[in-house]
Amino acid sequence: MELEIKNGTVYDPLNKVDGERMDILIRDGRIVEKLKGKADETIDARGRIVMPGGIEIHSHFAGGKETAGRLFRPEDGARTTYRRLDGMRAGSGYSMPSSFTVGYLYAQMGYTMANTPAMPPLFARHTHEELCDVPILDKAAYPTYDGNWFVMRYLKEGDPGKLAACTAWFLKATKGLVVKLVNPGGTENWGWGRNAVSIDEPVIGFDVTPAEIVKGLAEANERLGLPHSIHLHPNNLGKPGNFETTLQTLELTRNVPVKNGRQSMYLTHAQFHSFGGDSWKSFESRADEVAKYINGCDHVVCDTGNVTLDETTTMTSDGPMEYFLHNLTHLKWMNKDVELETAPGITPFIYSRKNPVHSVQWAIGLELALLIEDPFKVLLATDHPNGGPFTRYPRIIAWLMSEPYRRYYIEERVHEAVQKQSSLATLDREYTFHDVAVVTRAGQARALGLSEHKGHLGVGAHADVAIYDLNPSEIDPSRDYKAVEKAFSATAYTVKDGEVVVRDGKVVASPQGRTYWANPIVDHELEREMEKDIEQYFKKYYSVNLANYPVQKSYLERGRELKIDARDVK
Amino acid sequence: METHTDVICPFCGTLCDDIEVQVEGGRIMDVLNACKLGTAKFMSMNKKHRPLKPRVRGENGFEETTVEDAVERVARMLVEAKKPLLYGWSTTECEAHSVGIELAEEVGGVIDSHSSVCHGPSVIAIQDVGYPSVTLGEVKNRADLDIYWGSNPMHAHPRHMSRYSRYPRGYFRERGQADRTVVVIDVRKTDTASIADKFLQVEPGGDYELANAFRAALNGVELPDEVAGVPKKDILQTLDIMKEAQFGILFFGVGLTMSPGKHRNIDCAIKLVADLNRYTKFSIMAMRGHYNVTGFSEVLTWQSGFPFGVDYTRGRPWYNPGETTSIDLLTRGEVDACLVIGADPGGNFPRRAVEHFARIPTATLEPHETPTTYLSDVVIPTAIAGIEVEGTAYRMDAVPLQVRRFMDPPEGVYPDREILKMILDKVREIKNGA
Amino acid sequence: MKATLITGRTIKQGMVIESKDSAMYTEANAICELDPDDMKKLGISEGDTVRVSSASGEVHVRAVKSLQAPHRGIIFMPMGPWANMVTSPETDSVGMPSFKGVPAEVEPAKDKRVLTYPELLKETYGK
Repeated sequence: MELEIKNGTVYDPLNKVDGERMDILIRDGRIVEKLKGKADETIDARGRIVMPGGIEIHSHFAGGKETAGRLFRPEDGARTTYRRLDGMRAGSGYSMPSSFTVGYLYAQMGYTMANTPAMPPLFARHTHEELCDVPILDKAAYPTYDGNWFVMRYLKEGDPGKLAACTAWFLKATKGLVVKLVNPGGTENWGWGRNAVSIDEPVIGFDVTPAEIVKGLAEANERLGLPHSIHLHPNNLGKPGNFETTLQTLELTRNVPVKNGRQSMYLTHAQFHSFGGDSWKSFESRADEVAKYINGCDHVVCDTGNVTLDETTTMTSDGPMEYFLHNLTHLKWMNKDVELETAPGITPFIYSRKNPVHSVQWAIGLELALLIEDPFKVLLATDHPNGGPFTRYPRIIAWLMSEPYRRYYIEERVHEAVQKQSSLATLDREYTFHDVAVVTRAGQARALGLSEHKGHLGVGAHADVAIYDLNPSEIDPSRDYKAVEKAFSATAYTVKDGEVVVRDGKVVASPQGRTYWANPIVDHELEREMEKDIEQYFKKYYSVNLANYPVQKSYLERGRELKIDARDVK
Repeated sequence: METHTDVICPFCGTLCDDIEVQVEGGRIMDVLNACKLGTAKFMSMNKKHRPLKPRVRGENGFEETTVEDAVERVARMLVEAKKPLLYGWSTTECEAHSVGIELAEEVGGVIDSHSSVCHGPSVIAIQDVGYPSVTLGEVKNRADLDIYWGSNPMHAHPRHMSRYSRYPRGYFRERGQADRTVVVIDVRKTDTASIADKFLQVEPGGDYELANAFRAALNGVELPDEVAGVPKKDILQTLDIMKEAQFGILFFGVGLTMSPGKHRNIDCAIKLVADLNRYTKFSIMAMRGHYNVTGFSEVLTWQSGFPFGVDYTRGRPWYNPGETTSIDLLTRGEVDACLVIGADPGGNFPRRAVEHFARIPTATLEPHETPTTYLSDVVIPTAIAGIEVEGTAYRMDAVPLQVRRFMDPPEGVYPDREILKMILDKVREIKNGA
Repeated sequence: MKATLITGRTIKQGMVIESKDSAMYTEANAICELDPDDMKKLGISEGDTVRVSSASGEVHVRAVKSLQAPHRGIIFMPMGPWANMVTSPETDSVGMPSFKGVPAEVEPAKDKRVLTYPELLKETYGK
C-alpha cells in the first residue's frame, strides 16, 4: 500500500520543518524516502496543513474508574449519543465518551495515539480489555505507584536495587509504559480517611514521606532507563496556595541523573497545581511562579491541564481530593480505594464561567502555555475529563493562537476575577502553527521517549499523519480564530499507519492500534530476591493470588513490547 | 491425575481464585478450597446427562439439530423481530458480552442482564448519590467493622467472610477475627446473623426507615423509642460502633434491593456511609450475586455508556430502567423475541413476565436443562466458562480476573462467544441478502 | 394466615443450579420456610403441603420449619419457578420486580401434591 501526500504545508518540529511545502511519501505504514511504484492514493494537500498524528499524553479515557465514571453518570451519557453507522459502533457520553467513540473522536481531530494515565495495577486487565475497544489509536497505560506497598517498603529498607526491580515488575505485570504517581503517600493515608498535605508528611504505617517516594521512584525510573520520566500528579491538587508544594516537588528530581537527556520529572495538569492564595476568597493564579521555575530549569516538562468551562466528570487516583471536591459541591461521590496500590475517586464537576475560581483556573491553564517559553516544556492537555473533555482541544488551540479570542473571553465571557487574579490579560503571545505542532504531538513524542517512530514525519516514522483544511498562507489565526477551531475539530484526512482512517471529518476505517508497554529486564538474581517478597505479600495481603495477577499478553490485541536492558541494575 | 491450582470459581461474585481442582480422564476427582456452591458447580461436570446437541421445538417436543441450523434459526428470529430482548450474561465471560453487545446493536434490540433483577436498584442508587467503595483486599487489611445488611453470605457467598471480612488476618489486623466486629441487619436471624457480634432484626420493608434513623441520629436528631422494629438503644449503640471504627464497611445484599423502597433503600444506605466519612473511614459494597454480573455492566458501560437495560432500537444507546428493563418489557408485552444467554428467566422471573416469554419466539444458550430451556424454542448447549472456556470475569468489587480453562468442552459444544459470533455473522448475511 | 413473603437464595438452592433437571431441585426449591409458632397455628408439620397465594397467583409447596426463626408472620421461599408463581412483577419503574416483602397468604393443603417444574410450567404456561 503506497500513499502520497502532495504539496502540503508541513509542520514537523522534530525534523525542524516549519511550514515548508513538501510531499510526504508512505509505504507499508512508514514514511519513506521514495515510493516503489505509483501511489495507490494521492492526497492533494495543497493549501492544507500537514502534521504528524497528534499524541495524547494524559487523558483518562479507559480503565476502571473511567468506566465507573460513565456508570454513575447516565445523565452524561444521555446528553450526547452516537448512532451506529456503517462500520462505526454506537456510543454515548459528553464528558466521558464510551470506548469506540473515544477512538473516533480523537482520530477526527487528527490524533493517532492516546495514553490513559492512571491505571491501578490490580485493574490493569480491565484497562487493557477496554483499550482493545478503542479503535484506530495507538495506546499506552500508566500504572500507578503512589501508594505501592513494595515501593514504600524498599524505600524504608533503603534498598534501591529491589525498588528498581519491583518498579520493573509492575510495568511487566500490568503491561504499562510509564511510572505514574498520584498524590504520593496521600492515597495510602486515604485508607484511613487522611491525606498527605505536604511532601514531608509521613505515610501512616510505612514511615516514608511523599518526597522520598517521588525521589526514590524518579531514581528507579532512571536507573531502569525507561522511555518516559516519572509522570507526577503532586500532593495538594486543587488547593489554594498549592504552588509552593508544587515547586518543592519539582525540586526533588533536579539532580537525578538522566541517561538520555530528557526531563527527570513530568508534571501533569500543572494548572491544578499553580494555585495561590490561602482560601477560595483569596484564590489567585501563581502560574507565573511555576512558569518561572520551569523556564529556569531543564529537568521538568509539564502539561497544561486546561479548564474549558464545561460540565464534566472529575476522576483521578487522588481519592482524598475527590472527597474534598465532593464536600465543596455536594454532588455524588464515588470512591475506589485499591488494596496495596492507590485510591481513585470520582465526582461530577460543573465549571461555570460566572464563577471567579473556575474562571481563574481557565486563565491559569492558558497562562502556563504562554509564560513557559519553550513549547517542548508545556504540552496541551485538559487532563480529560477533569479540566474538560478532550474534544475541546481545537478551542484551546484557537485561544493559544489568538490574543483577540482570549480577550473576548476575558472581557465578555468569564468572571472579572481573571483580570485581577491572573496575568492572562497582559499576555500577548500567540502560538504559531509550529508551536501547536509541538504542544500536540512533537513534544509528547519527545517527552515520552517515543520519538523514534512517533510525533514526526521523517523517514522511518510511523505513517500517522493529520491533514487540516487550513491554508497558513491565507489565514490569520489571530483574527480568524473560529476557522482555526473548526479546522482542528475535524481533519480533512487522518492517516494511521499509512491507512486513511478519516476523510472529510468522517471515520472511514477502524483498524486496531498498538498498545505500547515497557519491559525493563533487570539482573536475574535481584529479580528473584524481590519476587520472594512479592510472593509473601501476595499470600498475606492481596485478595487475589499472585498467579492470577499479571495481565496475560493475550489481553493486548496488538501489543508492542519495549524491551529495555537494565541488567546493570543491582 | 492433573492438579490445577489457582483456579477461579465461576459461581458467585466473591470470585475465589485459590481453588484446586483434580481432574482425571475428563472427570473431576476432587475440589479443594471451594465452598459448597462452588464445589457443586465443579462436580456437576461429572453429571451423566448433559445435553450436547442443539434442539428445536417441533410438533412433538424438542428435536435435535445441528449447530448451523440452530444458529440460523436464532439469527432469523432476531432479524424478524421488531424489538428482541437479549438477556442474561452473568454466567459467561466478558468476551461473550462484547459479541453480544455488538449483536444487540446489529439487530436493534434491547440488551439486559441479571442486574435488572438483583442489584439494578443499587446501580440506580449509585447513579443518584454515588458509591464510596474499596476493593476487598482493603477490607481484609484494614476493616475492624463489617456490617452485612440484607445479605446472607453464609448462604449466598459462603467464603466471603473467610477470605475478606471477618476471619482473615490483614496487614493492620494481625489478629484476624479478634480485631474485627461483625454486625448483621436482616428481617430474619439468618445463619450469618447467628455468628455476628450484633444483630438488628428489622421489620420487613423497614430498611429505609432504619437507614434514615441512623442518618438522623448521626446528624443529631432525636429518635423515637423504636424504628422499624429496632429499639432506639440498639440503633444508637450500633451507630457508636460505626463512628468508633477505624475502618468500616457496609456490605448490602438483595435484601435491600428487592424489598419495598428498592433503590431508595440503597440511596439512604450510601448517604449514611458518605456521612460517616466525616467521622472515620467508611465504605459500602453491593454483594453482587453471579460471578460475572459485574463484568457485564463493566463491558456494556464502556461500550455504550450505560450499565444494563440498554435499548438499541433507535440505533443509539438508550437507557431508562423501568422502560428498557426485562421485567417491564416482558410484562408489558413490548418485546417480540428473546435470546437468553446463561440465565434462567423461566425460573427466576415473576409469573407475569414468564407468561409473555412463553408466548414469543425464544432461544437459549445454556449448558444445562433449566425452566428456561424447557420453555425455549431453540436451545444451543454451550461450553462452561471458567471450566471449559477461559475469559475475563469481574469480582463484586470490579477487580478483573481471567477465569481458567482446565477441561475441554465436549465435541461440538462451543463457547458462548463463538456461537454468538456465528449468530452475528448469520444476521449480517441475512440482512445483506434482503 | 396472612404473611409477608420473602424469596431469595439458599445454599441448597444454589447447589442445584447446575442440576435443575434432578429431583433435588424440587426438593430444595419447592418449599416454604415458616416460623415454628406459625406452623403450630396452622396445624401443619414439616413436609406437609401448603398453598401460598398472593395477588399474582398461587402455588403448592412443602412446608419446612425455619432454622432462622423467630420471624412470625414472615414466610420464606427459595428463588425459583415455584416462588415466582406468587412474587409480584411490579417494578415501581426501576426494573426490579418485588421479590421480597410481598403480601401473601399461607394455608394448609395436605391433600395437594407438589409439582415438578416441568409439570408446573406446563400447567401455568401451557408450553
